[in-house]
Amino acid sequence: MEFFLQLLINGMALGFLYGLAALGFVMIYKSSSVLNFAHGELMALGAFLFLTLSVWAGLPIPLVFLLTLAGSFALGFLVERLFLRPLIGESLIRVIMLTVGLSAMFKGLMLFIFGGNLHNYPDFLPEGLNLRFGAIQIPSVYVAAFLMGMLFLGVFGYFFKYSSQGIYMRAVADDQTAALSLGVHVRRVFALSWAIAALVAAMSGIILGIINGINVHELSAIGLKVFPVVILGGLDSIGGAIVGGVIIGLLESFTGGYVSPSLREVVPYIALVFILMVKPYGLFGLVEIERV
Amino acid sequence: MLRLHFRPCGNYRERYEQEMTIFETDFGRLWMGVGIVIALGVVPFLASPYMLYILNNMAIAAIAAVGLNLLIGFTGQISLGHGAFVGVGAYAAAVLATRVGLPFVVAVPLAGLVTALVGMVFGIPSVRLKHLYLTIATLAGQFIIEYLLVHWESLTGGAEGIILPEADLLGLRLVSDRSFFCVLFLIFVFLTWVAVNLVRTRYGRAFVAIRDNDRAAEGMGIPLFRYKLLAFGISSFYAGIAGALLAFYTVSITPEPFTLFLSIEYIAMIIIGGLGSISGSVFGAVFITLLNESLSWTAEFLMNTEALSRVALTIAPLREFVFGLIIVLFIIFEPRGLAELWRILRASFRLWPFAY
Amino acid sequence: MDDDILLLINNISVVYSDVIQILKGVSLSVRRHQIVSLLGSNGAGKTTTLRAVSGLLKPENGKVTEGTIEFDGRPIQNAPPEAITRMGIIQVLEGRAPFKYLTVEENLRAGTATRWGQPFKKDLELVYHYFPPLKARKDRQAGYCSGGELQMLAIGRALMARPKMLLLDEPSLGLAPLLVKEIFEIVRRINEEQGTTIVLVEQNANMALQLAHYGYVMENGKIVMEGPAVDLRENPDIKEFYLGVAASGALKSYKEVKAYKRRKRWL
Repeated sequence: MEFFLQLLINGMALGFLYGLAALGFVMIYKSSSVLNFAHGELMALGAFLFLTLSVWAGLPIPLVFLLTLAGSFALGFLVERLFLRPLIGESLIRVIMLTVGLSAMFKGLMLFIFGGNLHNYPDFLPEGLNLRFGAIQIPSVYVAAFLMGMLFLGVFGYFFKYSSQGIYMRAVADDQTAALSLGVHVRRVFALSWAIAALVAAMSGIILGIINGINVHELSAIGLKVFPVVILGGLDSIGGAIVGGVIIGLLESFTGGYVSPSLREVVPYIALVFILMVKPYGLFGLVEIERV
Repeated sequence: MLRLHFRPCGNYRERYEQEMTIFETDFGRLWMGVGIVIALGVVPFLASPYMLYILNNMAIAAIAAVGLNLLIGFTGQISLGHGAFVGVGAYAAAVLATRVGLPFVVAVPLAGLVTALVGMVFGIPSVRLKHLYLTIATLAGQFIIEYLLVHWESLTGGAEGIILPEADLLGLRLVSDRSFFCVLFLIFVFLTWVAVNLVRTRYGRAFVAIRDNDRAAEGMGIPLFRYKLLAFGISSFYAGIAGALLAFYTVSITPEPFTLFLSIEYIAMIIIGGLGSISGSVFGAVFITLLNESLSWTAEFLMNTEALSRVALTIAPLREFVFGLIIVLFIIFEPRGLAELWRILRASFRLWPFAY
Repeated sequence: MDDDILLLINNISVVYSDVIQILKGVSLSVRRHQIVSLLGSNGAGKTTTLRAVSGLLKPENGKVTEGTIEFDGRPIQNAPPEAITRMGIIQVLEGRAPFKYLTVEENLRAGTATRWGQPFKKDLELVYHYFPPLKARKDRQAGYCSGGELQMLAIGRALMARPKMLLLDEPSLGLAPLLVKEIFEIVRRINEEQGTTIVLVEQNANMALQLAHYGYVMENGKIVMEGPAVDLRENPDIKEFYLGVAASGALKSYKEVKAYKRRKRWL
């Protein structure tokens, strides 16, 4: 029973992280229908920026947080400006392939600078966050991950549902020409969505780093694991991203605990294939409305 | 009857068949013949083993790339699992050769068929899924196959892999790079010929129709399920052949090379070469193989230079960076790839000194 | 220049993809607070004219190669749509183009993009006042609304921007005659009550000329006729070719209509 609970908690925490990683991904998809294969690398870039500033530059943690978020925001903006803007209006396959290329570029660059080993963050979370239920202990990092996840979920849910800027972003995703005709600044929406996505990615990269330490290979693998998560949740659903993340996290945790540790890494993909066979648009995805 | 006249200045095509010709004049056909004769009669005897080794790798890569281009460039189904399918081909050939004891001539085509079957299984979701979702499904396929190659130890030998017996072609031992070159080159020419002609048939036209608008294609009476599955089958068949040849050529295989990165490498080939162009896939394969070789050559050179050996270790990841950079640059600046550059070059030679 | 003129198109040519010339020297002017209708058969260049004004040529790879377009005395030809919409010109696209996955109210809110950050509650009320059916549907996804509701939504969405000038592209497309009447009536009220200048592109010449103050007729990328709507309605050529009514008032038979090749001299 205790083992089960521990797996449950680990799975939930892991799942929350996946969900968080998926949030930024969904963000880009929602506003520009681009599948971003470089998402894991965006996470890693944020996490390494945090590492550089906190460990190597030795700045105080709150400042590092702010600087990393600002830096990632700028980075996302830059990526959109340099690489994606020339492709606005091009076929989808080109754009997807471009993100594949970007992912290889970033990964190579980070391996070149930081190498492939594990790096650890300094310990800075307060002890008081440790929760205890009888014999089960929930480490503070998990609690922090959970709180941050909830915070982001709330903020983005609100942003897309109620804020004007969020509505403009969804409008652009829906029909670009119509959005243009109403004066929505489409290019600005794209740039903004990449900037926010990079920011969220950096956030999830940092949280992952706090829990496990950071490693280029691992982060880019998690960037790909976003796919089963978002398919499960539906490509364009923010709540679905978190739910999908938790399901995938639990699946991994229990497979690792009860079946075999090696199966753990592929079980999300096996689940993915099954889901696609049964429900092609995911569990929470929009059913395509087609009118002629 | 030979039409040995020069190219007409302008488009004088009047009938549909004329649009479909591969060679506009017999000069093209002639040059093709001369090229094949030189490749088979002269190259093997002049080239060094190292050059033959590169040429062999090019031929294998080109076969796989042609297959992938049939799927992505012609049918419009983006697949991220091509590297894994090449792996399936390699392992199928290895298992058939070691366990069943089949000879080279039987094992290779059979490995192609096995891979085609596996490819079709992963292609089944393509019927219900459109673009993005399908791409993700093939990504899952890549990881699942990768996992099976490592963990299905009773069949694949796990991380240690399988060592293949010597390949022999009807009593002829294929051990040297030279003999392999002849075989690989012939197979490459044959498969390219098949692909070029395939896209001219009703099947090829159906593929293009599905790529351009699958709804309209269905409305015109093209059964989507069958044709998409067929495209997956054919593409995986090419991958399987390439994998099988790779297995026999390298003698021992491990799961290591058949990762997502290999899939990306193939995609880079067809993007750099030109989507929807058979000759483009070949250009791309040549380009990437040369790039790979020159990158590892640079690394090796630095390794052997005392002072720089530490630098060499750190620049290894730059290979991935360069790959990514090249994909990105080609997509932004020359989306139609090397095939388009080649066409422009040829046209300007032909028309010189006139602008058009 | 006449201060009363809001939009002045002066001899513009529009070319798509650098080769296909659609407009060949179109000139027209629109007075403040008026409804001007632009008639013509398919492919005459009506929609292209609207797109040239609203800046939506660019996504279609089109360009104004000659001539000028002035709005409120400022040149706007080839300006980006973001800039043009912020000057107060909003185009309602042909085919309505709703944001299918957004609810009706979210669709309307998307119309506030040109004045982001300003309050919009009053404008919502105004739109619901003109189009009561939208209020009843406000939380429903636009993809599931009927054609008439979508047309109302498209016009309402444009109104949210508080435009000085609305460009309506075939609002009657695919709607039942009664519904067309209703929508045209609302357009008239918007023009009268809000003082919005309206350019109306229509196939339905009869309805359009009843609504408009002034009209232009286009053929093959040129303006071939213009005049106050009352005069156009009485013009025998217009009557025959666009309204389908012979001088006697009876519908003409096809055989007689064929004679138009002879009579339609402006082509």
